Amino acid sequence: MKGFPAAARESLQDSQLRRNLGKATQTIRAKRLRTIQELPDWEQLRDAGAAIKARAMATLPEQLERLEAAVTRAGGTVHWARDGAEATAIVARIAQSKGAREVIKVKSLATDEIDLNEGLHARGIEAIETDLAELIIQLAGDKQSHILVPAIHWNRSEIKTLFERTIAEGQDLGWEATAIAEAARKHLRDKFLTVPVAVSGANFGIAETGTICVVESEGNGRMCTTLPETLISVMGIEKVLPEWRDLEVFLQLLPRSSTAERMNPYTSLWTGVRDGDGPQEFHLVLLDNGRTRVLADEVGRQALHCIRCSACLNVCPVYERAGGQAYESVYPGPIGAILTPQLRGLDQAPTLPWASSLCGACFEACPVKIDIPSVLVHLRARVVREEKSSYSPEALAMRAAAKTFGSRGGYERAQRLSKLGRGPLGKVPVPGWSTMRELPEVPESTFREWWSERRAG
Amino acid sequence: MSDARAEVLQRVRNALGGGVAVPEVPRDYLGAGEPAPSGGDVVELFCERCADYRATVRRVGADELPAAVAAACAERGVKRLVTPPGGPAGLEGLELVADEPPMSAAELDGFDGVLTGCALAIAETGTIVLDAGARSGRRAITLVPDYHACVVEAARIVAGVPDAVALLAEAAADGRPVTLVSGPSATSDIELDRVEGVHGPRTLDVFVVS
Repeated sequence: MKGFPAAARESLQDSQLRRNLGKATQTIRAKRLRTIQELPDWEQLRDAGAAIKARAMATLPEQLERLEAAVTRAGGTVHWARDGAEATAIVARIAQSKGAREVIKVKSLATDEIDLNEGLHARGIEAIETDLAELIIQLAGDKQSHILVPAIHWNRSEIKTLFERTIAEGQDLGWEATAIAEAARKHLRDKFLTVPVAVSGANFGIAETGTICVVESEGNGRMCTTLPETLISVMGIEKVLPEWRDLEVFLQLLPRSSTAERMNPYTSLWTGVRDGDGPQEFHLVLLDNGRTRVLADEVGRQALHCIRCSACLNVCPVYERAGGQAYESVYPGPIGAILTPQLRGLDQAPTLPWASSLCGACFEACPVKIDIPSVLVHLRARVVREEKSSYSPEALAMRAAAKTFGSRGGYERAQRLSKLGRGPLGKVPVPGWSTMRELPEVPESTFREWWSERRAG
Repeated sequence: MSDARAEVLQRVRNALGGGVAVPEVPRDYLGAGEPAPSGGDVVELFCERCADYRATVRRVGADELPAAVAAACAERGVKRLVTPPGGPAGLEGLELVADEPPMSAAELDGFDGVLTGCALAIAETGTIVLDAGARSGRRAITLVPDYHACVVEAARIVAGVPDAVALLAEAAADGRPVTLVSGPSATSDIELDRVEGVHGPRTLDVFVVS
C-alpha cells in the first residue's frame, strides 16, 4: 500500500487515463439524471431503500438465520466464512470435489476482495472471468478501477488492441464495439457450455424466500447461474434483504443508479435448486471478512448499505481525476474511501478518508442515502484519535501551542516572535503541512500593539 | 465449519451491542396497483420501452400471430426453434421442437432460436418476465439460442416493477427461478455505453398480442 496521495500522484501523470475516465463518467452522469427524472417517486424510493438496509443491519443475526433456513429448505447448502481465506478454501474444496480444473465466474466484488482467483490458482484451479470488463482486466493482468466497469480506464481502441493480441489471435476486429463484444462471445461460448462449476457473487439474498439475485447485462451471469451442474455464490453478509417485497425498491434503484438504464438486460433470481432446471447443486458462502468490524461503528456502519451501483464514483471530482487504482482496493471512489479503511482496519488505509473534497455529490447521488461526507469526517477523527502517538510532529506542535497560548504573556511573546516569520523565514517549508497549504502572511503589527499605541496616542 | 457460523453470528451480535433501533420502512413510493410512473396506456408504454432497448416489437391480433412469427423468423433466417413443452406444434416454414425431454446445452446450441411466451411484462421498464412455468420453459432454452421470439399477451402487461414483484411472490415461494429480460444481451463495459450483443440471445423479437 502506497497510500492515496502517492498512488494518486502516479495516476495523475496519466493523461490518457484521465481522458478515458472523463469521457465515461460524463456520459453516464447525463444519462443517470435523465433516467431518475422519469420516476416522480425517486426520493421516496431512496428513503425506502435506506430504511430497508438499516432494518436489515439492525436485525442481521435474525435475517442471516432466516436466509440460511430458506436456502437449505430449497435444497441449497449454506457455508459461513470468517475471512477471505476461509471462503476461498470452501470454494476450492467444492470445486475439487467435482474434479474441476476450471471454474467460470460472474463478476463479483466480494470474490475480488478476497483474491479468490489467486487462491484457487494456488490450488490448481483456474478461474475464468466471463464479464467483459473482468476479462479485459484478467487478459491484461491489470487491476480493477471501477465498481461496475472494472476496466473503465480502458478505451475502445485499447480494448480492441488487447483482444486482437489475445483472444482474437491476431484477427483484425475493426472499430465497432459489437465486434469487440463478439470476440468475447466466441472466446467464452465453449466454456459456458462445458465447465461444470460456476462461481458468482450476489446482489441481494432474500431472507424470506432464500432467493439469490444477480443483476447483469451481458448474459454471462445467466450462463454461469444456469448451465453448470454446480453453482457456488459468495455473498457478503450485508447483502441480505429481509423480504421478497424489498426487491420492488432495489430493482428500481440499482439499474437506474448504475448503468442509468430503466432496467438492466438480465436479472436472475433463483431459490436453492430447481429439479431439472439449472444447477442441481447450489452452495451459498456467507462472508464476513471485516464486515462485522464495519457494523460495530455506529456512524460508519451505513457503508454496509451500499448496493455497489457506482453512482458515487461517477459524480466524484476526485475519482474522475485520480482514477480508481489510486484507491488501492476493489472498492474505489467515495464509497471505497469509507468502506476500505473500515473493512481492513483504519491503520491499513489511513489516508483514504482524506481522498475527498467533501463536496457532497456522492451523498446526493447515493440511491440508499449513505451520508458519505459525514462518515469521511468521522473516520478522519478516528484516524487522528487512534493514531495519536504523542510524538508525532503535529501532536507535539499542538501541545506546544496550547501551552504558549494558555497565558497572556506567552501569547504576546509568540506574536512578537512570529514577526520573524516575515521575509525569508516565512518561506521555510513545514513538512507535511505547507505542501498543501500556504502559510499566512504575518502582519507588521498585531491588534494588541495597534490598540495600545492608539490609546497612548 | 459450524464454528465459523457461531463465530460470525456472535461477531454480528457484538457489533450491534445493546440493540440498534429498527426503523419502519416508509413505503410511500408508487406501489403495486398504481399507474405506471410514466402514465398512459400500459400496452403502448410497454411497446415503446421494450423497443427502446432495441428489441423489435410488433403488435398483432391473436389470429395474426402465427403469420407474424413466421414472417419475423423468415426475415431473420431462423428455421429451427425450440419451444417449452406444450408449445405451438407447427408454424409455416418453421421446425418447432419441444424441450421434452429436457435438452442439453449442446443440443440447444444447435437451434437457430427459441419461441416462448412469458409470465408477465413490465410496461415502465419494457421488461419481459420469465418464471420457468409452462409459458416460459426452462431457463436454458431462452438463454443458449441466439434468437428469442417472445409472445406477450397484452393482459399480462403490468404497470411497474412493484406489480411484477407482487405477482412473482408465489413463484419465489414455490422455488421457481425468475428471469427478467430487458432487451437483447448488452454490455456497458466499453466506455460506459450500451452495446447490444454479448452472451445471451442477440436478437429479441417481441409479439404483443391483443
